[in-house]
Amino acid sequence: MAEIRNYTMNFGPQHPAAHGVLRLVLELDGEVIERVDPHIGLLHRATEKLAESKMYSQSIGYMDRLDYVSMMCNEHAYVMAMEKLLGVEVPLRAQYIRVMFDEITRILNHLLWLGAHALDVGAMTIFLYAFREREDLMDCYEAVSGARLHATYYRIGGVYRDLPESMPQYEASKWHNEKEVARMNRPRQGSLLDFIWDFTERFPACVDEYETLLTDNRIWKQRLVGIGEVSPERALQLGFTGPMLRGSGVAWDLRKKQPYEVYDRMDFDIPVGTNGDCYDRYLVRMEEMRQANRIIRQCVEWLRKNPGPVIVQDHKIAPPERETMKNDMESLIHHFKLFTEGFCIPEGEAYAGIEHPKGEFGVYVISDGANKPYRVKLRTPGFAHLMSIHEMTRGHMLADLVAVIGTQDLVLGDIDR
Amino acid sequence: MTASLQAIAERATEKFGESVTGVTERLGELTLEVRPGDIRAVCQGMRDDSRLAFEQLIDLCGVDYLAYRQESAQGPRKGPRFAVVYHLLSIKHNRRLRLRAFPEDDEMPIIDSVVDIWNSADWYEREAFDLFGIMFEGHPDLRRILTDYGFIGHPFRKDFPLSGHVEMRYDPEKQRVVYQPVSIEPRMLVPRVIREEGYGG
Repeated sequence: MAEIRNYTMNFGPQHPAAHGVLRLVLELDGEVIERVDPHIGLLHRATEKLAESKMYSQSIGYMDRLDYVSMMCNEHAYVMAMEKLLGVEVPLRAQYIRVMFDEITRILNHLLWLGAHALDVGAMTIFLYAFREREDLMDCYEAVSGARLHATYYRIGGVYRDLPESMPQYEASKWHNEKEVARMNRPRQGSLLDFIWDFTERFPACVDEYETLLTDNRIWKQRLVGIGEVSPERALQLGFTGPMLRGSGVAWDLRKKQPYEVYDRMDFDIPVGTNGDCYDRYLVRMEEMRQANRIIRQCVEWLRKNPGPVIVQDHKIAPPERETMKNDMESLIHHFKLFTEGFCIPEGEAYAGIEHPKGEFGVYVISDGANKPYRVKLRTPGFAHLMSIHEMTRGHMLADLVAVIGTQDLVLGDIDR
Repeated sequence: MTASLQAIAERATEKFGESVTGVTERLGELTLEVRPGDIRAVCQGMRDDSRLAFEQLIDLCGVDYLAYRQESAQGPRKGPRFAVVYHLLSIKHNRRLRLRAFPEDDEMPIIDSVVDIWNSADWYEREAFDLFGIMFEGHPDLRRILTDYGFIGHPFRKDFPLSGHVEMRYDPEKQRVVYQPVSIEPRMLVPRVIREEGYGG
């Protein structure tokens, strides 16, 4: 009889299903997983230490680079922590803009998750569909901030600028003729809000389209139903938050339970799973996309009717307008001080957590009264989720590991920090 | 102090007595300072007492207070150097709580692990060990987590330079990657300042 022994196998860091630079050391008994040991830190950039050496406002850009598929949500938690310490009241319009972009970000994140997850499990088409819609949302990012990915749009005390009145247009090229360009530009004739409104009109049908491809698909269900089951008690023990926790049947959402900005004025529902397996988490995230769409529509309606300032007028925190600087000495001094020294935050500590697309993203800041933070701790959802991968996959087949990585919605930028 | 935070503070001081050495409330957040030797008992109680019911450990992190308020007129803060900060969340009561414990020995900070109370402490404790060198007694597998294989030092300590001690490059003669002392000079573009209250009007 042949001798049977366990294999130790290296999964990643260059594996296409490893979502970046995740390295897993697997112990296998045949094709059955006995132990998973994630080796993380290949993307560790010491963001928290870097933030200690920079003025408060200079670290906003680093936050984009943590979870690089839900950029504005990361910024949001960071600026919220600073605002809490400063005691700044953010203008209402800025709060609506933030909520709208948080939800746009949620759709962006879930679309990438859906595409990557389905691709890992073996469905190619959905990836192309998801990226088609992502393109429009990236254009929204670009329209407000000038960058498609790393926006750095949120500021301490508001947002960088008001929503633009016009959208950039496509031009005819050797790949797209006049007629095609006219079709592509049709939703771009009005303001950014009109463009977003047009997107929200189209988007529910797109989600239907994804669901037609996946929800009742036999292969999809065979790969997800009953895989990586987590009971509600274990989910709490393991520090799960967001869709991972809700998939296990715990109705916990910071947007409802500890509302921040204007989420208490929004009308939306919280989807909750029952079995806590990969399939339930898939359903939860699909429904979240529809709910995010609903919230965006409510924000667009409000923003259309209510113009106003989008950042605080306290020039110790937010820079004065460019025009006033040209003929007002005080504005010039404010501007100079703000960009050479920044502002000091009173001694103290604060924790601000938001409902990030992946779970609870928290920023814990300690200030000793200086113009730079004394300590910034980033509580990222992926870190807690990846920790549980051993428990979620033990006894499963090797192929299920890929499904579990997909369902955890891992982004290594956010885990390694 | 809001009523719900007041209730936690009262219940905690009643239940844990002298283990809780300080209660502070600021910006709507409650912080309890816990004697380092009693951290396990307090955490256990925090989770199991039905009036507290903190089912979830949201975050655990180390803090190095070495340079705290160094730039101020009074000079740096005195007292123990390291702290471990726990952020708890109660789903049942919808409340948050922060615990802070200062391990006594600055040279070799040791504190009890809470992995068996909240399993999610596992990697957080490894991270605090890796970045600050805080030892968690009773942790089943206290390895480095974020830094490189074979890394020396604890990078988030305040006396660890931002640029690090060693850099890595490929050596074409040896045909392998070598480590060498860093060649970049540390620089600070914006100095760190503390402006006291009322500065600039």
